[in-house]
Amino acid sequence: MKILLNNREEEFASDTISVRELLELKKFSFRMRIIKINGVLILKDKYDSAIIHDGDNVQMIYLMSGG
Amino acid sequence: MDLPEIRSHLGKFRVGIAGAGGLGSNCAVALARSGVGTLVICDFDIIEEPNLGRQYYFADQLGMMKTTALKENIARINPVIRVISHEKKLDSGSICEIFADCHVIVEAFDSSENKEMLIETVQMRMPGKPLVVGSGMAGWGRTRDIRFRKIDETLYVCGDESSEPAVNLPLMAPRVGMVANMQANTVIEILMEMNEPLSQEG
Repeated sequence: MKILLNNREEEFASDTISVRELLELKKFSFRMRIIKINGVLILKDKYDSAIIHDGDNVQMIYLMSGG
Repeated sequence: MDLPEIRSHLGKFRVGIAGAGGLGSNCAVALARSGVGTLVICDFDIIEEPNLGRQYYFADQLGMMKTTALKENIARINPVIRVISHEKKLDSGSICEIFADCHVIVEAFDSSENKEMLIETVQMRMPGKPLVVGSGMAGWGRTRDIRFRKIDETLYVCGDESSEPAVNLPLMAPRVGMVANMQANTVIEILMEMNEPLSQEG
């Protein structure tokens, strides 16, 4: 399947993946982040149950301290 | 629109600012100078000496509440601007209450945990409310790394999204000010696209 990840096309072998699997596959280790799938915010406790499908638009924001 | 028309348009809006540190104080001042009518500013801290290195306060304001000092500084810049201040630590309940009438909210917290809490609260509990986040501004230089991203109609991010403050990568006025002013610039862009509110209860 193909998805948009922060506006860049990414291809994965499987038909669907969970948010947790996406983070592991991409080796994203940032501690603090915001994830939206097709404009819907995904809370941390939904990372296993939130499923990403072909054509989905996944947005990630990396949260850094400082302000 | 010419500048007086722009200022008249911006004067009818209300912007919430969560935090009055480096991001919040500089962003508030830029919005006040631009003529945004009402600023709702929330912070519970007092001004300490290291704050003067990047926050919009003065040496003779040390020890004052940031909200009180910022109100004073904005009044000296543009006395027409209405500043509503709240001296409390924000949680998800008070965020919804305090910023309910704001047309845009600026995330200007220090810790990434609080940034996350504010974003989740506004996105889940205040649907449709535009939120402008600041993330990643530590150190100096690396001007090209600072960027702006529009996630969707409700979420905007300013900053490099990668640098976290450390002993040898401190927060300094130029990069913090750049991100704060990018946030203010984004707020103005959002407000310029909005229809004027029908009536604004002061």
